[in-house]
Amino acid sequence: MLRFLLRRSLLAALVCLTVLVISFALTRLSGDLATAIAGQGATAADIAIIRHNYGLDRPLPEQFLTWAAAAAHGDLGRSFLYHEPVAGLIWARLPITLTLGLLGLGIALVVAIPLGIVAALREGTAIDRAAGLIAVIGQAMPSFWLGLILIIWLGLKLQLLPISGLESWQGYIMPAVVLSFSAIPSLMRLTRGGMIDALAADYIRTARAKGLSQGSIVLKHALRNAAMPVVAIAAVQLGFMLGGSIVIEAVFALHGVGYLAWESISKDDFPVIQAVVLLLAVIYIGLTLAADMLNALLDPRLRTA
Amino acid sequence: MNVRALSGFAGVAVVGLVTAAAIAAPWITPWDPFAQDLGARLIPPAWMDGGSAAHLLGTDQLGRDYLSRLIYGARISMMIGVLTVLASGLIGITLGVLGGFFGGLVDDVVMFAITCRLAIPLILVALTVVALVGSSLTVVILTLGLLLWDRFAVVARTTSMQVRTLDYIAAARAAGCSRTNIVLVEVLPNIAHHLIVVATLEMALAILLEAALSFLGLGVPPPLPSWGLMIAEGKDYMFFSPWVIVIPGIALFVLVLGINLLGDSLRDLLGGRAAR
Amino acid sequence: MTPVLDVSDLRVTFGGRVAAVRGASLQVAQGETHCVVGESGCGKSVTALAIMDLLARGASRSAAHLRFRGEELSAREIARLRGDRLAMIFQEPMTSLNPAYTIGSQMGEVLRRHRGAGRREALDRSAAMLARVGITAPELRLAQFPHQLSGGLRQRVMIAMALLCEPELLIADEPTTALDVTVQAQILRLLQALQREMGLAILLITHDLGVVARVAHRVSVMYAGEVVESAAVGDLFAAPAHPYTRGLLRCVPVPGETPRDHPLGSIPGTVPRLGPDFVGCGFRDRCAHAIPACAGVIPRQGDAHQFLCRLPPGWTETRAA
Repeated sequence: MLRFLLRRSLLAALVCLTVLVISFALTRLSGDLATAIAGQGATAADIAIIRHNYGLDRPLPEQFLTWAAAAAHGDLGRSFLYHEPVAGLIWARLPITLTLGLLGLGIALVVAIPLGIVAALREGTAIDRAAGLIAVIGQAMPSFWLGLILIIWLGLKLQLLPISGLESWQGYIMPAVVLSFSAIPSLMRLTRGGMIDALAADYIRTARAKGLSQGSIVLKHALRNAAMPVVAIAAVQLGFMLGGSIVIEAVFALHGVGYLAWESISKDDFPVIQAVVLLLAVIYIGLTLAADMLNALLDPRLRTA
Repeated sequence: MNVRALSGFAGVAVVGLVTAAAIAAPWITPWDPFAQDLGARLIPPAWMDGGSAAHLLGTDQLGRDYLSRLIYGARISMMIGVLTVLASGLIGITLGVLGGFFGGLVDDVVMFAITCRLAIPLILVALTVVALVGSSLTVVILTLGLLLWDRFAVVARTTSMQVRTLDYIAAARAAGCSRTNIVLVEVLPNIAHHLIVVATLEMALAILLEAALSFLGLGVPPPLPSWGLMIAEGKDYMFFSPWVIVIPGIALFVLVLGINLLGDSLRDLLGGRAAR
Repeated sequence: MTPVLDVSDLRVTFGGRVAAVRGASLQVAQGETHCVVGESGCGKSVTALAIMDLLARGASRSAAHLRFRGEELSAREIARLRGDRLAMIFQEPMTSLNPAYTIGSQMGEVLRRHRGAGRREALDRSAAMLARVGITAPELRLAQFPHQLSGGLRQRVMIAMALLCEPELLIADEPTTALDVTVQAQILRLLQALQREMGLAILLITHDLGVVARVAHRVSVMYAGEVVESAAVGDLFAAPAHPYTRGLLRCVPVPGETPRDHPLGSIPGTVPRLGPDFVGCGFRDRCAHAIPACAGVIPRQGDAHQFLCRLPPGWTETRAA
């Protein structure tokens, strides 16, 4: 188990490194950064000064190493827009994005897993088809549009929830619900599929032969075995939610990391963009690692492998 | 008729209709989608108060006919969907088959590439690229095409690995076929049906992503009538004229739903637990 | 003495089209091992599952009567008695135990369910039972997971788990088929010993005539969903009456008797899949002695030694060239 974790950690580190390079290369796409920073109406002299001040006249590999080394120490550069350390900017906004993501995942799990279980138990019946319909609708729904519709309907027409901002905790509800929509279809399908397979297994027949109650059979014996792929996907979904938070935060004007990223992209604030891409990738990698460990916990066979 | 078949037909019908509308756009649109008429702004759809038969779905904030914009928007969505899938499919299937069929170091590299691709936040990177390179239809298609290959790769890899061990591959090698020949003639046709299902799912995803990018202002540039862009442009007026965002949103939803239903029924038809 | 199990005219149909069991009847007395033997597809496993009401969805079963110690069993009754007075063990010890839970947990839940035992008591009794089926260091095993045990050990655990509540009837569906030959012998000896100790009635499903010869008191031979012959084990081997049984016995080489280089007998053809409306003998397409009357209703002949055939009891075989 230790060897397995070690290997996975090594792989994760390698992926982080690659993403570091990609993230760096990304912001160099537009060609001359100095011109972009200097803005309109800058003279050649101004651009040259900027280029020198930001170290943009150094060879590319050196720029990368400087940045990478600093990033490893937590120094993610300074924002062009805010003139503050990027790390600080991100740190201040991270709680909002994390709360949103966890809330969204929570809602998704609470809806998807019971739905999947019921659909599996009543396979082929109207309930199963209804669950499938919910999944298919959730998959097709454009999240930003759903957000706007909910704002109009629940926020404006019915005045039930705030239409933007986070003055109160209620401001989290609509965005979290919209976020959960993207995860519910896959989680529900996975739970349903996993439960159908588990319920068809030999050990379930043994459990019935032992005279155990239906609840025990479904929830204790079948679910435990069906849960494993769901856990892995749930972690990945959280990663996607955090990465995709930019859209929701823009729609609901929530000042989280996604909103920060959007601002930075619109205003060419490269240090921030680089840092956010890197951060989200690292979080995703961490989540998949956590999912692997959780799987090992759930499946005894992996522990002694 | 059972629900499965019904939803399959619905999928085919929707996709067929939208494709037909997209192709026939120049001939069926009542107005020029780019023609502004500032005297006729924000006219509601024909069935609401103040609507008129001249503009069946009303006009937007610049007086452009909504129905015409919607139909041309279908063109954009379909183009994005098809071209992106072609590009990402090419990349993903090549990588996946290479990794799955040859195994060993090649496979390790392919798996590593897929993992890296999955770690990258998709929308962020797409937005950044468009922001830096400039927004246009081509840039969006290329960007999404270069990013959306992961599921193709995963499914192509898994299915190639399964096929690799089957007897007819060994028979082909024994008969002296070159490996290129085997991959093209024996492997690809037998994994194609799984990949078709993935193609429909990725097409739906590409369309949704383009809409999101355009909504955020970093996708297809105005005045092109991308549905996502129409929603963004209508956002400022949505409280008083909600149809401005409701209509393109429904169009998006219906198209993506249709493609997903089509993909689902293809998966059922072609059998097995293909890509999920 | 009322038999522990008394089944009459059991019928099982899948999806209304495939008749897996077409009127099987058998009885198992206390302390007796009744073997049901036949090829794959003859319906013997389905019979066992039907008695325990463990069939998959889409199967319909019916019987003239299904009595346990003289009392008619409804589906609800069976569900109540399962694991308690009626127990079953299966063919695949590898997959029949839940990989996610320890042995102790899976055994304990039987006692908690049927005897209301607390955690400590459940563990103690489980350990005692494991010892009884010949497993050393039972406390250690209780904390282990199924994948940490060998096939033979797992099957012993299954047996122990089935006997925790001291059932009166144990149904064993090919319990040794997936095991090594030496382990097979051990498991069979174990079952016999437990039977003697507990007065257990055992219904043992198998395709292996060697197993039958070893442990059975009575045998029922099944073919195509019917019991074609039923007798005490000695009588069956000494004087098989049904052509199918004779064919089966000819297939088995007997040390000292079967001449070398002489081809073993075989029965041409395969077991048919019959619908519920099938009439006549299911074996007639493969039987060397079929007559036109075999397509009609077949009488059940005999008393203690029964068989389902048109041919008279004392018929002699005419050897084909």
